Amino acid sequence: MDFKRFKKRINFFEKLQYTLTVCWHKILGNKLYLNRCCNWCAIKCNSCKLKSNILALVKKPPVKYFKLILSLAITLALIWLLNSKLGMAPPFARFLNPFQGFWQNAENANAWKDDEAKVAGLNDEVKVYFDERLVPHVFAKNDADLYFMQGYIAAKYRLWQMEIQTHNAAGRVSEVVGEKAIDVDRMQRRIGLGYGAEEGQAYIAKDPESKKLIDAYCNGVNAYIKTLKPKDYPVEYKLLDYAPEAWTPLKVALLLKNMANMLSVFEYDIENTNFVAKYGEENFRKLYPDFIDSEDPIVPLGTKWNVSAQPEVDNTLRQAIVTNGTKELFANVISKPDEITGSNNWAVSGSKTKSGKPILCNDPHLRLSLPSIWYEMQLVSPNMNVYGATLPGSPAVIIGFNDSIAWGVTNGGRDVRDWYKVKFKDASHDEYEYNGQWLKAKKKVERYKVRGKADVLDTVIYTRFGIVVFDQSFGTAPSRQDLAMRWTAHLPSNEFKTFYQLNCGKNYDDYISALKNYNCPAQNFVFASRSGDIAIKEQGLFPLRNKAVEQGKFISDGTTDKDEWKGFIPAEDNPTVRNPERGFVSSANQHPTDSTYPYYYPGVGVYENYRNRRINKLLTDGKDIDVDFMKKMQTDNYNLLAKEAVPVLLSLLNKSGLSTDELKIVEALGKWNYINDAHEVAPIYFDIWWNELRKLLWDEMTDKNVPMKQPNFYVTVEFLKHDSTSQFYDNLSTSDKKETREDIVLMAFKRIEDTLHKKEFTEVNEPYDRDESYRKGDLKPHDWGGYKDTKITNLAMIDPFSSVHVYSGGNIGIINATNTTNGPSWRMIVDEGAMKAYVVYPGGESGNPGSLYYDNMVGPWAKGLYFEANYLKQGDDLGAKKLFVSTFKP
Amino acid sequence: MKNFLMTVVVIIIASAVLQPFLPWYVIAGVAFGAGYLIKQSGFAAFSAGFVAIFVLWIAYAFVLSHANNDLLARKVAAVLPLHGNVHLLLLITGIIGGLVSGFAALTGRMAADL
Repeated sequence: MDFKRFKKRINFFEKLQYTLTVCWHKILGNKLYLNRCCNWCAIKCNSCKLKSNILALVKKPPVKYFKLILSLAITLALIWLLNSKLGMAPPFARFLNPFQGFWQNAENANAWKDDEAKVAGLNDEVKVYFDERLVPHVFAKNDADLYFMQGYIAAKYRLWQMEIQTHNAAGRVSEVVGEKAIDVDRMQRRIGLGYGAEEGQAYIAKDPESKKLIDAYCNGVNAYIKTLKPKDYPVEYKLLDYAPEAWTPLKVALLLKNMANMLSVFEYDIENTNFVAKYGEENFRKLYPDFIDSEDPIVPLGTKWNVSAQPEVDNTLRQAIVTNGTKELFANVISKPDEITGSNNWAVSGSKTKSGKPILCNDPHLRLSLPSIWYEMQLVSPNMNVYGATLPGSPAVIIGFNDSIAWGVTNGGRDVRDWYKVKFKDASHDEYEYNGQWLKAKKKVERYKVRGKADVLDTVIYTRFGIVVFDQSFGTAPSRQDLAMRWTAHLPSNEFKTFYQLNCGKNYDDYISALKNYNCPAQNFVFASRSGDIAIKEQGLFPLRNKAVEQGKFISDGTTDKDEWKGFIPAEDNPTVRNPERGFVSSANQHPTDSTYPYYYPGVGVYENYRNRRINKLLTDGKDIDVDFMKKMQTDNYNLLAKEAVPVLLSLLNKSGLSTDELKIVEALGKWNYINDAHEVAPIYFDIWWNELRKLLWDEMTDKNVPMKQPNFYVTVEFLKHDSTSQFYDNLSTSDKKETREDIVLMAFKRIEDTLHKKEFTEVNEPYDRDESYRKGDLKPHDWGGYKDTKITNLAMIDPFSSVHVYSGGNIGIINATNTTNGPSWRMIVDEGAMKAYVVYPGGESGNPGSLYYDNMVGPWAKGLYFEANYLKQGDDLGAKKLFVSTFKP
Repeated sequence: MKNFLMTVVVIIIASAVLQPFLPWYVIAGVAFGAGYLIKQSGFAAFSAGFVAIFVLWIAYAFVLSHANNDLLARKVAAVLPLHGNVHLLLLITGIIGGLVSGFAALTGRMAADL
């Protein structure tokens, strides 16, 4: 049949059908081995086709085919190219097309309206009121529904964050970003975050009530995930090109272990061991004292101890490796922050407040991130009405208040990780020594899925001394010792129960009973009740330690039972203060007790010595305290370190030979009132001088192959004040000269101007800067706020999704401990008299960078402003503050 | 010209209807079909395919982004990196879709011309 005549004859629909058939045959025809010619569409059987193809090639120019194939190839290549992830770049067409790509995440700024949805898994109707800051107020008729909906809402606004945090804890980031994360992933599994989470989750599952509520939470998260089509995925999934997976109780446990990991870094066993081996015990005692003179611990000085049992002291315990005289050095440590930014909390009793009722304050300091680590929520059921900061991905309120009590946390900072040097029989690592015998080691093969690469396998060895973190296959060569880590986070515990009981708590007894379940990370729980109680308790699981050998301060012997953990301090003996005479309780990561506490714990200069003294002074002096007083206090920028250090530094500075500009710096520092407000200039000079001096002074401790801890600020000031000569003053980089104390003070001073000239001050003209009032224009590079240049980093390290150039005062060692990367992650003041609370945090309720509520509180936070919490009672609505209401029905 | 416009309209409507349910590359199928069925020169088929998706994607992206005051688009335009230039980001979006659609329409036309 003639093609062209045939084509003219048929109508459009026939033509369409014809086209489809032809296409089908043209595409597949060659493979189908038609044994007869198709009459309908004129496709020939293979033998005829071969003939006609040859004829066609003779008749028609082959260029036509060539063009078709070329065009088809280009089309297919384009589709493939634009649909694949190439290196770091997202799959362009998938990411940019407006139907599924990131444009779908551009939240309509004006489209908030009430909605209603049916959600399978609910038992009863749940209403969620969203207020003007997008804070959800969840009203449920039972606890299971409450937690179900907490999970649902948390996922709705923070899903990507929840998942990446648990991927991080589980050592699964390489699945998302490829091989560059493999070492981080291996470390996470080797320190046993996943192992601890599995142990914890199995333990929690034995408690029916906890299990039920955690399951409800997970079901809520999963119910939300089920509503998502790829176009609805948070934008980070689209950028990194992957999809969310189901939420599980294990992930809830992983989140808490992740927190435990962040807050358990205050142990320096390996660093201390290195220091003693290199510089001797005498220097160690001087630079890393357990206690300092000006100690102002959480439990007021001189408090008498009434502990239930005296700890057993086993004097036959062997000396730790170090004091045995081993000169072995260790290259591998878990990296830790240079200095602690820490956290503050305090509660003032009615005797000191205007209202006659307690006021409680808390500001935990963490690495600042967007989306923020906290998600503000109100949870209401017949059983509770609680408000505060939640951890997205985990049920209950972590820091907050209800109608009877309020509580908050700071990190305890107690050493809860011990390192053991284990001895394997041979290279197979099958057996290790224990009391002269060989025990079989448990081995676990960890499999890492690496995006775009083959899986990576890693064998991790478990011993009775904990997990062997560093061994022959992991860590920096050449010093590859086998080091096992024992950590309380590996032990089963149910921290959820603590928070659940606090959320429903009515009084002091409920608070104490809630805390009993709490193991790790050790926290100072501050407490206040409407009925007038205030209290603070350092709660965590702490191993009993032998003071005679300073157990836990150095690497321990992992070949005998002598240095093993033999038991734990009973929870009731943990440092506790209730309604003290001074009328307030407080903590700021300082020593929990003075040296008379009957249980030994290593101090070693890890505790903070400035914020605590400032807080206690302000609270001691304060009378008729009200909320405004507390706001001023939480944002206080008084630099106690500078007050103690600057006079010492100035007195040691040889001023002859300074230039006019340098003399101006001296004058500015002399006149400075030691307040680190953003608009001040002197804090810049002090900050550079202090940091450069520490670099010069403690350069002995900067060898990467022999990690050691720098002595803390307090010890440094005392050292400069009292030690006129010391081996540490000599700067190792100058071999020809032996520096004195005065030399390095001057050298550091001379670097102030250099540093200021070298520092590149970025112009603040980011086109994506929305709230121009606080970022644009406010940044004056030559004042403290501009110099410090606080940045709230996006969790995926995507700069345009970060809040950059946040202009604020404060610094480490100051109540407002905002430095460049860390700071108060949540500020809360609860006034038990008026039943009002004031909160703010450096972020926003939405985790979507395309939402107005992504970073809307950053500006107010930086300025020291607060929002009054809309604490609703049953039957209240938000009135004019309502953004919208979501109703969920089973 | 009439066929050109018809191709554009057919591709826009069919893509707008199908894209919410199917992966983005359904536009290639649509453009191929339109190119195959509607008789015109190869250049016209390519242009029609290009213009159709270029217009559709930019228009829809613009509508979505406008309601958002370009908040997210500005950030993404800084990630990619286009120095935060939203217009450029819209243009690139349109060109990417346009190219695929254009080549698919051209391929369709060529297949029909065999």
